[in-house]
Amino acid sequence: MPTIKLVNVTKKYGNITAIKNLSLTIEDGEYLCILGPTGSGKTTLLKLVAGIVKPDKGEIYIDDKLVNNMPAYERNVAYLPQYYALFPHLTVLENVAFGPLSKGLSVEEARRISMQMLEMTRLAWRANSFPHELSGGMQQRLALARALASGAKILLLDEPLGALDARLRVELRYKLRKLAKENNLTTIHVTHDQEEAMIVADRIVVLRNGEIQQVGSPLEVYNDPKNIFVAHFIGGANFFEGFVADVDRYGSWIQLRNNFLLRINDPNRSVGERVIVMVREEKSKILKAKKKREEINVFPGTIVNTSFLGDFISYTISLDNGDKANSKVPLAKAIGKFKVGERVYLYIEPEDVKVYPYPPHGLYKEIEVI
Amino acid sequence: MSESRSIGLVIKKLDEFSSNRLMKLFLYASSLIFFFALVLLPPLIGIIENISYINTIIYEQSLLSRANSAILQSFIMAFLVSILDLVAALPLAWFIARSKSKVAHLIDTLVDIPFLMPTAALGYSILLFWSDKYGLSSLLGVKSLIPPGFFLVLLLHFVFSYPVIVRVMVGELLNYREIYEVAARTLGARPWTAVRTVTLPLLKPGIITSFLLSLARSLSETGATVMVAGSWENGPVFLFNLIEMSEAEVPSILKNGMLVYVSSFLIASSIAVFFLISLLAPTIRLPIRRVFPSLEGKMSSLKAVKLRDSFSLLILFLIVIIPSIFIAFPMFESILGGALGSAFSPFGPWKDYWRGMLISYGVSLLATLLNMVFGLPMAVIIARRKLGRVSTILKAIINIPIIVPSIALGVSLRLFWGKYASIPDFWTLLSSHITITYTYFVASMAAAIESVPQELEDVASTLGARPFSVFCRIIFPLTRYSMFSGAILVFTRALAETGAAKAVAKSREFWTLPVLLVNWIKDENVPITQKALGAGIYMVSSFIFLLALRLFFMKRKE
Repeated sequence: MPTIKLVNVTKKYGNITAIKNLSLTIEDGEYLCILGPTGSGKTTLLKLVAGIVKPDKGEIYIDDKLVNNMPAYERNVAYLPQYYALFPHLTVLENVAFGPLSKGLSVEEARRISMQMLEMTRLAWRANSFPHELSGGMQQRLALARALASGAKILLLDEPLGALDARLRVELRYKLRKLAKENNLTTIHVTHDQEEAMIVADRIVVLRNGEIQQVGSPLEVYNDPKNIFVAHFIGGANFFEGFVADVDRYGSWIQLRNNFLLRINDPNRSVGERVIVMVREEKSKILKAKKKREEINVFPGTIVNTSFLGDFISYTISLDNGDKANSKVPLAKAIGKFKVGERVYLYIEPEDVKVYPYPPHGLYKEIEVI
Repeated sequence: MSESRSIGLVIKKLDEFSSNRLMKLFLYASSLIFFFALVLLPPLIGIIENISYINTIIYEQSLLSRANSAILQSFIMAFLVSILDLVAALPLAWFIARSKSKVAHLIDTLVDIPFLMPTAALGYSILLFWSDKYGLSSLLGVKSLIPPGFFLVLLLHFVFSYPVIVRVMVGELLNYREIYEVAARTLGARPWTAVRTVTLPLLKPGIITSFLLSLARSLSETGATVMVAGSWENGPVFLFNLIEMSEAEVPSILKNGMLVYVSSFLIASSIAVFFLISLLAPTIRLPIRRVFPSLEGKMSSLKAVKLRDSFSLLILFLIVIIPSIFIAFPMFESILGGALGSAFSPFGPWKDYWRGMLISYGVSLLATLLNMVFGLPMAVIIARRKLGRVSTILKAIINIPIIVPSIALGVSLRLFWGKYASIPDFWTLLSSHITITYTYFVASMAAAIESVPQELEDVASTLGARPFSVFCRIIFPLTRYSMFSGAILVFTRALAETGAAKAVAKSREFWTLPVLLVNWIKDENVPITQKALGAGIYMVSSFIFLLALRLFFMKRKE
């Protein structure tokens, strides 16, 4: 199983820098997800590893071998573009046999391997069909079978589930991971769907404007986002602007808009420092009433909107200081409990608050994804 | 068994070669050298080197004003024909693309007839139908219904440009997403209003393309125009007549000066007009702001639509199809009269005829093969932007040979190759045919390769396929039809070329069939049976050849 290593890699298209001085190591058999908005350089990163484009600077190693000048057909990687790029003029079997035949195997051997892969992806019964005769899910499986039949040990998936409907997407993402793991493949899976990345990845790389924002396990990236962009992009975050009003031995007080005070468990702040605080939506709790008068981090407001999310209900609360916050409440706890227009309190535990320095260009510029 | 193994080895070797950087470089470089050294530069250098000849014509005011008038007539005719063709062809294209009747399929096939006919045969057919006592004139009891001259040329150019416009516009209409028109109609627009304000503006690129193609064809056509022009002259006819003139009529130094003057003027002005139209036409806005509900409502009525379709079909049959195939009557009459036997006689005029046919087919086949071999890498360079911005420039300049009038191109090639005494005449003839037809193959192949997603190549490459394998197993099967169509287009265009062939042929020995036929038809001493049979055999042989190619390729396609 191969290791992939990128060292200070830069790739430009004319004046646009798609990848900026990027370094990353992908371990043997790892399932890595590259998560980022459109134009963040995800596909370029895959193409660099595949050998479809060459880096302008830096080195790419596969199994400790420098491959910068190695053509794609010698790298032994399998690349799956978003719409699979199935060869329209070849049958299902011919598509799968393309790789083995290209690598010099005899027709009989190529056929044997291809049928084996088609059996594994449950497509053997459609061996003589053409790609356009298959459903979206079947096409995806065919693309996978073709990649596996080529004998590649590196699987590069560019939005592999993007062309499928929501139900199939959910069903296939588990199978995709299972297949990659069963075949001992080192996999790079590009997506802009944070939920998908959280579920399938061993590690997640968050990419923005060609630069890595954070690398870590799904749990690390979700619970401990390194910056505002990651916190926002991973999803479900409330942001409030404020400044550090006071610091004591156990924590700090953040003054939000209109003198609302928020307690945090971080004593290493400087008084007067401008900050952005972030609380996950599911950690932002709604209370019908204040339990004690002196209770901290309880902010009055009014519910202005509700959204049904399946297992959760999301409430949008307009706080009395002018800020807005979302609170995700499990369906069982939420049914019939709150309604639009109702006066409530938003409660935040001090340990659930993450604090970031105020970005130079403001909050909205920082979380912009376009 | 051993044979298939050796083929396999050859393919493997080619596959290995294709991944060699130097090999790729050699392939692309040879294609670029072919284009510049054989297609683009010889005519340009030929003109530039001889530009000083123009000084000789300054005092020849009568000939000079005749030349200027001819150049002007070229553009008047081309613009007039293109506008008329567009107005007449658009409703028929609409009928073919939108009608659900079976007649539409038949019409779709019939439209191509003038396009498939060699222009020399087409010209003679139209001359016979409209002008000769043999055709419509005898039916109406007049000497010549439309005598050779401006109007007959107008009819001829209208006929051969008509299928080009219909074909382009049918393609555009089939690709057009009708949903925009439907949306406009749900918003209250009458069908005609929806077409005028939504569909036509969206079809503007197609309209501009077809207009330019028609313009190019009209500016370039020589052989058939000479047949029907009478005393009227446009640029190509003037050049043709000038080449025919003897030393006693025009001294050779003056002749060369005039050839250089008219050719360079035609080449430069054609290029300027085309690039100007290509740049300015997309910026022209169609009048869509005002709506005339009552008038456009009436124009959308079933009665109006039927009237429009009937009128389109009437034009198709009366102006395009019947005059185009009229030549069949005198041809069959000649055959029934026993003239066919004399056609196979190895003596007299038919000896020249068969030699001309051999030269025509030989030159056309060679030009097609060379353009395919050297044009294919160029198509890849353009389609896959192998040279970055240079590829974009190449994409624009490969169109020059079809923009420029072919006889002017022929004159400049004659001047260029003429200075090399050791170069055989056949080479000059071949080079002119290569130049004139180059664009047809490269442009159609580049478009076909562009339509194959780059991702298919990328994926094939990551699956282990080397460049030659990627071409053979992915690009070729997906563009095969375009490749064959491009080759057939090159072949038919080369076979029909008259102007350039006339310009480069120094002696009758190297006359191609269209040149010979034009001379026969202009010669009043040649009997009509011989002219009709000559044009007819040419037409039939061309049809048979094309049909055979088509069947061969269709079979391969299956």
